[in-house]
Order: sequence, then structure tokens, then C-alpha cells
Amino acid sequence: MKYVDEFRDGEVARGLASAIAREVQPGRRYHFMEFCGGHTHAMARYGVTDLLPETVRMIHGPGCPVCVLPIGRIDLGIQLALEQKVILATYADTLRVPAGGGLSLMKAKARGGDIRMVYSSADALELARKNPGRQVVFLAIGFETTTPPTALAIKVARAEGLANFSVLCNHVLTPSAITHILESPEVRKYGTVPLDGFVGPSHVSTVIGSRPFEHFAREYRKPVVIAGFEPLDVMQAVRQLVRQVNEGRAEVENEFSRAVTRDGNRKAQALVSEVFELRRSFEWRGLGEVPYSALQIRAAFAEHDAERRYGLTYKPVPDHKACECGAILRGVKRPQDCKLFATVCTPENPMGSCMVSSEGACAAHYSYGRFRDSEAKVHLAVQTA
Amino acid sequence: MSPVRPGYVKPLDLQQGVVDLSHGGGGRAMNQLIEEVFLRALDNPLLRQGNDGAVLPLVAPPGGRLVMATDAHVVSPLFFPGGDIGCLSVHGTLNDVAVMGARPLWLAAGFILEEGFPLADLRRIAASMGKAAADAGVPIVTGDTKVVEQGKGDGVFITTTGVGVVEPGVELSGDRARPGDAIVLSGTIGDHGMAIMSKREDLNFDAPIESDTAALHTLVQAMLRADADLRVVRDPTRGGLAATLNEIARQSGVGMHLEEAAITVKPAVEAACELLGLDPLYVANEGKLVAVCGEAGLPALLEAMRAHPLGAGASRIGTVVADDNQFVQMKTRFGGRRIVEWLSGEQLPRIC
Repeated sequence: MKYVDEFRDGEVARGLASAIAREVQPGRRYHFMEFCGGHTHAMARYGVTDLLPETVRMIHGPGCPVCVLPIGRIDLGIQLALEQKVILATYADTLRVPAGGGLSLMKAKARGGDIRMVYSSADALELARKNPGRQVVFLAIGFETTTPPTALAIKVARAEGLANFSVLCNHVLTPSAITHILESPEVRKYGTVPLDGFVGPSHVSTVIGSRPFEHFAREYRKPVVIAGFEPLDVMQAVRQLVRQVNEGRAEVENEFSRAVTRDGNRKAQALVSEVFELRRSFEWRGLGEVPYSALQIRAAFAEHDAERRYGLTYKPVPDHKACECGAILRGVKRPQDCKLFATVCTPENPMGSCMVSSEGACAAHYSYGRFRDSEAKVHLAVQTA
Repeated sequence: MSPVRPGYVKPLDLQQGVVDLSHGGGGRAMNQLIEEVFLRALDNPLLRQGNDGAVLPLVAPPGGRLVMATDAHVVSPLFFPGGDIGCLSVHGTLNDVAVMGARPLWLAAGFILEEGFPLADLRRIAASMGKAAADAGVPIVTGDTKVVEQGKGDGVFITTTGVGVVEPGVELSGDRARPGDAIVLSGTIGDHGMAIMSKREDLNFDAPIESDTAALHTLVQAMLRADADLRVVRDPTRGGLAATLNEIARQSGVGMHLEEAAITVKPAVEAACELLGLDPLYVANEGKLVAVCGEAGLPALLEAMRAHPLGAGASRIGTVVADDNQFVQMKTRFGGRRIVEWLSGEQLPRIC
């Protein structure tokens, strides 16, 4: 397939793999975080790890919108569907996220909640148009990529006078999450999570541009290479990161220049700031409360804000005690380090959020990579013997 | 001449008419629907007996065994490029019988119709079933019709059951794969699922993706005649190739190593999958099969399959290996390795 196959070419991959192998310095270890679930998924699906030298370790970051959505926010959606009897429109991924009281949106649907799966905010608007006698709430999630479409839906609803359409906004911000990780005690003080650089987000950067990442490079001395979601993009980004580390540079480089500019999509940014404003604080699953890390709907659009309309109050719900999603999202642990992984926590029956979305670190490792764990054990056994 | 006037039965309006509750009531209306729609489309002497059940001869040779399989069909939309629920309901069950190594002999069909369903559509579906059954040489010998109120069904649901005979000595079963065996696929994957999805999502391609729905029994019989040490045959329907291979791995207690480069996907199917974020390995097929055979039998098996129109694209896609974890692993075209896991959740509801 034109414009897709070129970025998945095995020949080119082998060439890049040997280039990286030549460039890594002997005795040096490299730790890079791919922030986005899209990168995590691409690496797992194409087996990119097999093509990287053993001394390059990839840490899966928190860039999976479903994974970082806290239980309490899903509970609000369930409350709207079951108690307020609204039509709750949401992306398919959110349906299976385990919520409070043994529920999930899918289980709430089976209990009579009118919960509909949509592909876009435009589908949710269409539901509101077709059901004038019902209230339709769009459970909006995602990073900067999905925020402009939500903003647009709110503006269209205002223009069309769709009084029965509102949004439960859970949009979060990438740069705040990266700052939070860089400021975390594991990275700053204890050094338990060595972090030498970031593979920067691709789709998010098409909207916000590469400029916001310059701060990390400057302030924290961490190189950032913005990369597309195809496997060759990831490998090229790793190569550029290895070079920066070797040369002692910490710059923002843009591997995804076919879609990302320094300034991003100004029109989308203007739309977002017209409809949304910063939240003082927002809970991220795995990261806890992160200041100024999410968006809320401006008072000017209050009639389309489900939180205001239904007077919703957020109640935090702790994760399962043994669930390591938090540590995994911060890069402190790997999925296979969690006791629940692949025992009671599987994609069919996820206990934690990283197992829910195919972009989650646990789901990606479970679905694509866990055969390596048995090889690792054999390897260890041979070494000890 | 008898003075009693024969009751006049107004023929069904097969252009504008719709199914109503009386068509499932057991009275004249139901009888008329059976006569004018189903019998006309599916006619054969056994069905025409008109009894509660079909009386069938005992045909299994000494040492032979009967195979029976059933399959419910709820596909939406009912009509899709390359087929419809009618021929699909015939192929689906025939294939389940065929992959057990059996020669399918008879089919039974149960219809659940929704009140208000257009009779014209029903006639089209019945005609498609009749043609599929006649092409396969397997008659539909008994059936049943029920009607549910509007809103309680979705047009029409069809359940079919098939009976076939396995010759003595033929042993096909999912638990017979052994380390070293070859894994063979009969053609491209994902055609059926993406034909349905592109219709549902209104994706228009220059050449539309067509369902691969087909009856596989003659292909399976040709494979059996090849004397290729055939151990397992399966049709990868819902859950796609991934689910079928995992089923075999689990039943046999083995692992598998696949080569992604050997698994072919039509460009339009691949493009549609890419657009909708789907993996063709998990997309349903209705006219493909997976076979496991002893390594020595592989050349004979491939030759027999490629000589049949439905197996023209047959190729080896991997090897059975010993693995207590029963992982189905795949070397990607990219050069890395990954697991091919079971499908989790439901990628595509109501695909067949």
C-alpha cells in the first residue's frame, strides 16, 4: 500500500538496525521513553525491540488516553447513563475500562444504560440531532489530538442551538505529563528510572508543534525526537536519540517532518483556547494529581458542559492494591514485574488501565511480546547454571 | 363437480408485501409463506414431503461416521458485496461439516423473521440459499419459520444445521498438530469481514471488496485425496486467522512460528483495515481454510489445493513447534517477532 508500506519496509529496517548497532557506544546503556501509546503499539506489533541492540531500553510512557483516565471519571459517565438516563456517547476503548463497583461502561450498558460507541465527536453531535427528546453527553477523552474535534463539536452545538448536547471533558495535556515524569522523585532523586531522552508524540505534535518540547531539552537536558507512528519512524528516532546522547546534545529534532511543524496547527490551537481553559489540577491514573495538566470547558460554553449541567462532583477511587499501572506509567516498573500481569489481569479481564487499551503498555506486552519473558527466564537459568 | 367451492388463497405480494405475525402463527398464512417463498426457492423431494422432520436414509459406509454442525447467522447488513445472509448461511454450515473431513449431505434451516420484513428481500435471500445449496449439491431438507414482533429482531436471522459422512480412516481434529508439521493457508485473508465493514462504514473503493463466502467441501475432499498426512483443517471465520491458529495450538498443546510475509492480504482489504484500525489477522473469512499436515505431505497437499479454484492461492505460512506456553509467534515483515494473540473483546460484531 502506497505511503504505508514504505514505512514498514523490512530491508530499510535491517539497514537502520545495523546503523544503530554501529553507533551505540560499548559499555554505555541508553534509556529512552516513548511517550505515546501509538509508539508502544507500533513497536510491539512489528517487533521493533528485536531490531534494537540490547543496550537500548525503551520505557513505555503514559501517552495512552484510556490508560490515564482515572476510575472516578468513568464513574461520572456511568452515573450520567444510569441515574440521569442520558445517552452517553464514547469511543470504543473506554467501554471496557474497569470502573468503581465492579462496573465498566460496557457493564453499565448491559444494565440498561444507553451507552453508544462513536468514532468521532461528530457522531455524538449527530446522536443529539437525531434524539431531540433525549440528553446526549459525549465522554471526551484524549490528548491534544482529539481536543480540537471536541472544541468544534461544542461550537457547532452552540451554533445549531443543540441544547441537548453536552460534553464530559477529560482532555489532558502532554507537556504537563512529561514535566511531571521529569520532576518525579524516581527520575530526579533516586535515579531508579534512568531517562536519557524521549521519542516525542507524532499526532499530538501535529497540533501543538515541536516548540513546546524545546523546554524539556533546555531545562532538563533531555533530547526529544518527534517521530511518526510507523515502525521505521521509531527506529529512526532511536538512532537520532543515540547520536544526541553520544554527542552530549539535548535538542528537539523532528523526524516526523512530513506532518509536524515547529508551530503546529494554529487554527486548531485557536479553536481549543476559545472553548477550553486550563484546569487547576486533574487526576491521572498512575500519576496522581498533576497541576495544570488538563482542560475544562470555559464558562462561556457552560450549557454544553456536562459537569456544570448535572452538578457532577469528582470522587477519586483508588486502584486495585496490587495493580502496578502507576509505576508502569511512570516507567518505574515493567508490565511483567506486576504480580497481576497475565495472571488475573488480561485483556479480557483487565484489572488496571494499562491492560485495557491496545496502546497500553501491559496490553501491548501481553498481546505481542510476552513470549520474550519465557526466553528471558531460560536465559537467566543458563546464566546461573 | 363438488358443490363446495375451493377456498381462494390470494398469492403473496412478493413486490410490496411484508412479513406479519400470522406468517409465523402456524396457520394458512405460514403455510402459504412456506409454499410460495421457501419451497419455491429450495425445492427438493425431501423438503416437499412436508413433514415435521425429514426422513433420511442411513448412508454411512461401514466404519464411517456422521458429522453434524450448526451455525447461526445474524450478519448486518443482510446484503453485502459478494453475497448475502442466504448463501452465507449455507456456506457457513457446509464448511463446518467439510473441515471435519466429511462429505456434507443435508442441511436444515431455521428462520427468525421480524414483523415488517419485506417479502421481496426474503425471496431474494431464499433464492440465494437455494442456489448455494444447489451449487454445492447439498439440499435443504427441513426447516422452520418463526416471526417476532417489530423491534425484537433485525430483519432475519438464519440458523442452519448440516449433516455429513466421514469416510473410514479420515481423522481431522484440532488436537492433532505436532511439532514439525507445516501450516498451510488456502488464500488471502480478511475479505469477508472487510466487505461487511466497508459496506457498514460506507467506504467506497474503485473495486469494491467482495466477501469470499464459498463452500469449501470439494476443496477439503481434494485435499484428503492427496494423501498428504492431513491432520487439521479449520475455516478461520470470526476472530480470523489468529483465533483459528490459537485454537489449534491450544487443542494440540503446541506453539507455532509464522512468517508474516507468507500471509497474503488483498491491497484493498489492507487499505480498509488500515483506515479502520483493524488487523487483517483478526478479520473474518468465509471461504478460506487453514490446514496442518506432516512436513513430508506438504508438496502433495499444496499441489492438490492449488489445482482447486478455492485453493489457488495456497501457501505454507509457518511451522508447528513444541512450546508449553502455546504461543503463536510470528516473524513480522519488518523483521521483528511478536505473538499473534487471541482476539480480545469483539473487533467486529455481527459479521456472519
